[in-house]
Amino acid sequence: MPNQALTEAVYYILLSLIEPLHGYGIMQNVEKLSNGRVKLAAGTLYGAINTLLEKGWIAALSTQQSSRKKEYQITGTGKEILRCEIIRLSELVDSGINILRKDAEQK
Amino acid sequence: MRRIIHKMFLVWDFDKEEKWLNEMAAKGLALTSVGFCKYEFEDCVPGEFRIGMELLKDLPQSVEGSKYIEFVEETGAEHVGTLMRWVYFRKKTSDADFRLFSDNTSRIEHLTRIIALVAVVLAVNLYFVLYDAYMYFASSHSSAFVAAGTINLLFAAVAAFGVVRLLQKRKRLKSESEIFE
Repeated sequence: MPNQALTEAVYYILLSLIEPLHGYGIMQNVEKLSNGRVKLAAGTLYGAINTLLEKGWIAALSTQQSSRKKEYQITGTGKEILRCEIIRLSELVDSGINILRKDAEQK
Repeated sequence: MRRIIHKMFLVWDFDKEEKWLNEMAAKGLALTSVGFCKYEFEDCVPGEFRIGMELLKDLPQSVEGSKYIEFVEETGAEHVGTLMRWVYFRKKTSDADFRLFSDNTSRIEHLTRIIALVAVVLAVNLYFVLYDAYMYFASSHSSAFVAAGTINLLFAAVAAFGVVRLLQKRKRLKSESEIFE
């Protein structure tokens, strides 16, 4: 996989879909995970879901007749993408912290 | 009480249209339906609703289009109207600040959709300008072709202006997303 940054929306959608959720459930979960900071809008979420389905990073669960809302869940590929992204993110955070700490120590 | 207001917005000023509809909602008039240059409102508690509008990829009546509308409705918004490929939603503001796009990636994608629409209008009118000119010189020399050609040229010029405006808007968003997501 190329080492590309995920958008915040995609990152949080993938994290949310460790458990099966429908669209509105994803929106609520993302808001909760980010302590209210990331509020996904419906259009943005819909576009992201379709792209992720095409890429095979998430899959739609076959819906029972009882519930009309479609549920989604992360796939194996999706989890692998998440793992790579977390490694990339921690590298970003680590180098940031190290450099700023050294800078503070020198002063 | 119902109120009908006639007002025209050009396609590339869709953001102004959305802003105006939200200003009406803030004043206590919530959108209930849309028509061509026509908006119908009902009284509401000022600030009770937020309005969002979008150009869909597909016709709202198509399977894909109605799937999308259903999806947005499931998030608690109300589908208030449809005008060609444009859809209008409103949502009670108590739960969250309602909008349809929350990042630049999706805003840019939406703009690209609108650019494609206006570009088609531009291309069709340019085609007819050429057609009218050809008919005038090659066959009839009828003044009807001059009139039609002038009208098409006018439409093409307005559409070209629109495409430029939209491209500028998209460029601004793109340069923003080079720094911020």
